[in-house]
Amino acid sequence: MSEIVQSEPFVMNIGPQHPSTHGVFRVKATVDGERVIDAEMVIGYLHRSMEKLAEERTYTQNIPFTDRTDYLSSMSNNLGYCLAVEKLAGIEVPPRGQAIRVIMAELQRLASHCMGAGAFANDTGAWQTPIMWFMREREKILDIFEMTSGARLTCNYMRIGGVAFELPEGFEEEVRALIGPLRQTIADGEGLLSGNEIFLARARNVAVIPPDMAVNASLSGPMLRGSGVAWDIRKADPYCGYEQYDFDIPIGYQGDAYDRFIVRLEEMRQSLRIVEQALDGLPGGPHSTEVPLALRPPAGEAYARIESPRGELGYYLVSDEGPSPHRFHIRPPSLINLSVLKEMTVGGSIADAIVALGSIDIVVGEIDR
Amino acid sequence: MDNLATDHWYDFRDLANLSRVILEGIDKVAPYELAYIVAPIIGFVAAFVIFVLPSQLFVGVYGERRIIGRIQSRRGPNRVGPFGLLQPVADALKLLQKEALTPKVADRTLMWAAPVFFVAPAVLLFAVIPFGPRMVFADVPAGLIFFIAVSGLPVLAAFIAGWSSNNKYSLYGAMRIVAMSVSYEVPLVLMLLCVVVFTNTMSLPGIVWFQKDVDLWLIFMQPLAFVVYFIAVSAELNRTPTDIAEAESEIVAGYLTEYSGMKWGLFYGMDIGYALAASAFAATIFLGGWSMWGLEQWVPPWVIFIAKTHLFYMVFIWTRGTLPRLRIDQLMGFAWKFLLPLAVVNLFLVSLERLWWSESDLGGGIVFVIAAINVPVSAVAVYLWARFLGYKPERVPTRPRLAREAGGYVPLEEPVIGGGK
Repeated sequence: MSEIVQSEPFVMNIGPQHPSTHGVFRVKATVDGERVIDAEMVIGYLHRSMEKLAEERTYTQNIPFTDRTDYLSSMSNNLGYCLAVEKLAGIEVPPRGQAIRVIMAELQRLASHCMGAGAFANDTGAWQTPIMWFMREREKILDIFEMTSGARLTCNYMRIGGVAFELPEGFEEEVRALIGPLRQTIADGEGLLSGNEIFLARARNVAVIPPDMAVNASLSGPMLRGSGVAWDIRKADPYCGYEQYDFDIPIGYQGDAYDRFIVRLEEMRQSLRIVEQALDGLPGGPHSTEVPLALRPPAGEAYARIESPRGELGYYLVSDEGPSPHRFHIRPPSLINLSVLKEMTVGGSIADAIVALGSIDIVVGEIDR
Repeated sequence: MDNLATDHWYDFRDLANLSRVILEGIDKVAPYELAYIVAPIIGFVAAFVIFVLPSQLFVGVYGERRIIGRIQSRRGPNRVGPFGLLQPVADALKLLQKEALTPKVADRTLMWAAPVFFVAPAVLLFAVIPFGPRMVFADVPAGLIFFIAVSGLPVLAAFIAGWSSNNKYSLYGAMRIVAMSVSYEVPLVLMLLCVVVFTNTMSLPGIVWFQKDVDLWLIFMQPLAFVVYFIAVSAELNRTPTDIAEAESEIVAGYLTEYSGMKWGLFYGMDIGYALAASAFAATIFLGGWSMWGLEQWVPPWVIFIAKTHLFYMVFIWTRGTLPRLRIDQLMGFAWKFLLPLAVVNLFLVSLERLWWSESDLGGGIVFVIAAINVPVSAVAVYLWARFLGYKPERVPTRPRLAREAGGYVPLEEPVIGGGK
C-alpha cells in the first residue's frame, strides 16, 4: 500500500498558541499523516530570568519570585525556598508554623491536581465537564488561600522561619467544610472517567514510561509514581514534620497516561487525609520565629527539596555572607518531567501526543522560570 | 378515522390547510404559474423560519449552552433578556459586527464560497421531512435517498473550507472529516436500507404511515439500525464523542481554524441546523414521526414531531457534555470492523423477516413478534461480534496501588489486565 500511496512528512507546530499546550510552549512535531515521527520541544517563551534577578534581592524579597515560577502551586514553591534558606541559615521553625505549612502545601496540592486532572480530561476530549467540576472545588481552596494570605494565586504566605500571618478566624471550619465535597468530586471525576471505555481507549497504553526510563530520566512526582516507583520526598526525606502524618504513596501499574491520572486522583485523597490529621493535631504557640529582615546567612550552600504537586522541587542556594544569595537555582519538576516528551510521543498519533503532554501536567512558568 | 383535523383553514392541527387556502386564493386571482412561485416560499417560511431557525437559536444555541452549563455545574447564559433567552440574538449581532478575516495565503474565493456551500443544503433537507400527515413540502417518492444525498453535501463544503484556509490544522480537519464521512456513510446507508426493506417504502411520509399503521415505532423493530444511525450521524456531524474533525484540544478548531466573524457563524449555525435535520430525520424514521399512538388526534401532529426532534437533539447535547473523544484510527476501525459487519448481518436478518412477513398470514401483529426477536438478537449480535474481534469486558483498575514506604520500583503482583487497545 505504501508504494501506491506516497506520503511526505511535514512539520506541524503545536503551539506556542494552542489550546492544549497549557501555556506558551511549542512542540515542533514532524508528522507523517496522523503519525508523529519526530518531536522537538521549544521552550523559553516565558523566560523571566528569575535566577539572575534573585541574586540582586534579599532573601525575603525573593519569596514572591517563587510564587511566579509554578503559578499553580505558589504555596509549595514558597515552602521549598523557605526551607532552603532556613537550612542555609540554621533557623528552626516552631511546630505550629510547620503544621500550617503542611496544611497549606497539601491544600495547594489539591488545587493543583484539580487543575491537572481536569486539564488532562480536557485533553482527551471530555470537553470542559470534568475540569469545571474540579475547578469548582479549586475555587473553594483558592478562597481559603485568599482568606489566609490575601491572594488567590500568588499567595506569598510562607516566610523564612514560619508563615507570614496567623490563621484567620473560621479557617478550620472552612477547610473542614471543603473536605467532604472535594471527596465527592474526586469520586465523581473517577466515576465519569476512570471506567469509561472511551477514556480507557484514549489514555491506556498511551505514552508509556517504563520504570527504568522514569528513574534514568530523573522524573519525579506523579510521572514517576505512575510508572510504579514508590518515591515521595515526603516519605523519603521528610520535611516540616511529614513523618508524623499517616498517608500512603499511590503508585501506578504500567506507567501510561491513565495510571498518571488515577495516581493524581488518589494523591488528592491522601492529601485530604493529611489535611485532616494536621487540623486535628494543630499545635499552639507562635506561627513563626523572629528572623532579621536583612538576613545574612553564613557562607556555604544548601539544597532543600520538597514534594511539590508536580514532583521534586529543589532550591539550591549559595551564600557569600551577603544580604542576597550568591547563586539561586531552582530544580523545576516540570522541566525535567518534560524531558521524556519525545520518547512518549514519537510513534503515536497527534491525538496521543496531546494526551501525553497533558499527562505530564506541565506549568510553563516553571519550565522557563 | 386517521386524522381528526378538518379541512378548514383555521384548523391549526394541520397547517397544510393554511398553505392550501392561500395557494387556492392566489390561483383564483392570479395567473396560473404564480402559485408555483408562492408555494416554495410558503414551504420555506413554514419549515425554515417557523421551525428550523427558532430551534437553532433557542434549542441549538441557548438550550445547548444552558444544559451543558447545568452538566458542568455552572449557570450558562443568563444575562441577555429573561433567563438569557436573547443570548443567541446577541451572539448573532456580535458575529455580524466582527471582521471576517481572510489570511493572505488563503484561497480567497473558495474561502468565501465554503460557508455558502455549507448553508444551502441545510435548507433543502427540511423539504422532505413530514411535519404532519399532510405537512410535507415535497413528498418525494424516494425522500430517503434525497435526504442521504443532500446531507452528504456539507462535507464537501467543509473540505473546501479546510483546504482553502491554507493552514495545517485546517487541512487536518478537512482530511479527517472526509475520511470520517466516507467511513460512516457506509454503515449508515446500509442501516437505512434495512429500514427501507422492512417498511417497503422510500418515502418519508410512507415510513411514518407504516409505523402508525402497525402501531409500533421502528426503533423497537430495528434497534440496531437506530443505534448505528445515531453513532454514524454523530460522527458525520462532528458531535462530541466523535468530533475529531474540529477536535479542539488537538487541531485547534479543525477546518474552522481560520474562520471568524459571520463566516464562522454560518458554519456554527448550520452545524446545529444539520444536527436538527438529523434529529428530525431520526424522529421520522425511528420514533414514529408525527404519530403518537392516537395522541396526534388531540395534539397537533407537528407539535409531537417537533418535541420528538428536540428530544433526540437532547441526546446529542448529553453525549457532548459527558464523553471524551475517540482517536481517528479507533473511530475508523469502529466503522469498518464493527458497524459495517453488523449492518450487513442486520440487513440479512431484516430481509428474512420481511420475507417471512409477506409469506405468512399473521397480518400487522407480526411486527410485535419481530420486535421481540430483534431486540435480543441485536444485543447478542453486538456482544458476539465484540467477542469475535477480541474485545473482552475487563475490570481495569480504577484505583492505583498504595505503598507505605518510599523505595524503588514495586513489581506488579499479577500482569496488568486490559492492556492493548
